[in-house]
Amino acid sequence: MGGMANLGEIVIEPDEPVFHHTWEGRVHAMTMASPTRTNIDAGRHQRELIAGPEYLAMTYYEKWFRSLTELVVAHGLATPAEIADGRAAPGFQASTPGLSADAAAERLARRGSYLRDGPSPQFAEGDAVRARTLNPPGHTRLPRYVRGRLGVIAARRGAHVFPDSHAHGKGEDPRPLYTVRFTARELWGPDANPLDSVCLDLWEPYLERA
Amino acid sequence: MAHDHHDHDHGDDHGQEPPSDMALRVKALESLMVEKGLVDPAALDAIVDHFEHKVGPRNGARIVARAWTDPAYKARLLGDATAAIAELGYAGGQGEHMVVVENTPTVRNLVVCTLCSCYPWPVLGLPPVWYKSAPYRSRAVIDPRGVIAEFGAPPAEDVEVRVWDSTAEIRYLVLPERPAGTEGLDEDALAALVTRDGMIGTRPL
Repeated sequence: MGGMANLGEIVIEPDEPVFHHTWEGRVHAMTMASPTRTNIDAGRHQRELIAGPEYLAMTYYEKWFRSLTELVVAHGLATPAEIADGRAAPGFQASTPGLSADAAAERLARRGSYLRDGPSPQFAEGDAVRARTLNPPGHTRLPRYVRGRLGVIAARRGAHVFPDSHAHGKGEDPRPLYTVRFTARELWGPDANPLDSVCLDLWEPYLERA
Repeated sequence: MAHDHHDHDHGDDHGQEPPSDMALRVKALESLMVEKGLVDPAALDAIVDHFEHKVGPRNGARIVARAWTDPAYKARLLGDATAAIAELGYAGGQGEHMVVVENTPTVRNLVVCTLCSCYPWPVLGLPPVWYKSAPYRSRAVIDPRGVIAEFGAPPAEDVEVRVWDSTAEIRYLVLPERPAGTEGLDEDALAALVTRDGMIGTRPL
């Protein structure tokens, strides 16, 4: 939604708690501990499937709750009726939870990585590139506001897991990742301050040589 | 809506008020998932405890204070932030690939995630509601000066504003300028001056 106008005021809450309600923390924790958890890109894609008008009207953890219940049903782990009742239908077979408290603590502190061996980067620092105009039907991390715009490679970041594949169960498909700098004037026009810029982290398939 | 009141309402199930619809629905889901053996309630407790007590902006503040007092550390932090942050014991999900960007008298940095709500959890904890909200996510890239002004300290016209949109798994932390008149302070006292908003870039210290 970068660059969209008139989406409301930024409301700054002093001394904000980590979770505003107990249930928010439980939703966060259940999402992380649930066997429906696959990978970060699939999780993001699931939340993006919420229709736009609803998405804008929901709070952050309402979206997480919606996505979690949909995934639990999609994985065949419970029916909507069971979720509404909070009780399993008779005759179910109990599983063993995949994540213990100790394993949860270990996972939260683990030093993971999205860097992988992958193709050599085509672009070098300082190269002029254009963000491609792409509108894939599924998940992508190429924001609309840079599509078709000219930028400069500010840094090479190695090959990273590619969300457009990863979100859809098509493997990690690592691709070179770059930090790309766009001037504010290129993105927003002549009224922008000529000093200003926006940097994004973009995978090579999003870019072409300019 | 479950959130008409934004006062501190950790009392969903402590009897001060009737549980909200969302509280009941989430409780029902948790009961079901526990009954079916899909989640261990002790693991849920551990995860909530992690976010409420183990991560938060105090972690990031320690990094900033160390960078202010130890030039060699600052150089490592600006060169390989992930490794330098791990030196102080901070690592984990949403902090796998850290980059630290430095504010100077002529450059202000501002961090946003226009696509979702990416935020460096190990060093700042979970993001505030405004950071995850549509107004901030939409405006930070097109009107960063206006956004920063709303937080109280607008940048001068001749100061460069650099926005970092966290579109991949790289997470950004702003190294704020050290406030004037703090030469005599030790690392702990300096860390106490560092704010969450200073490390997001919405408000200098």
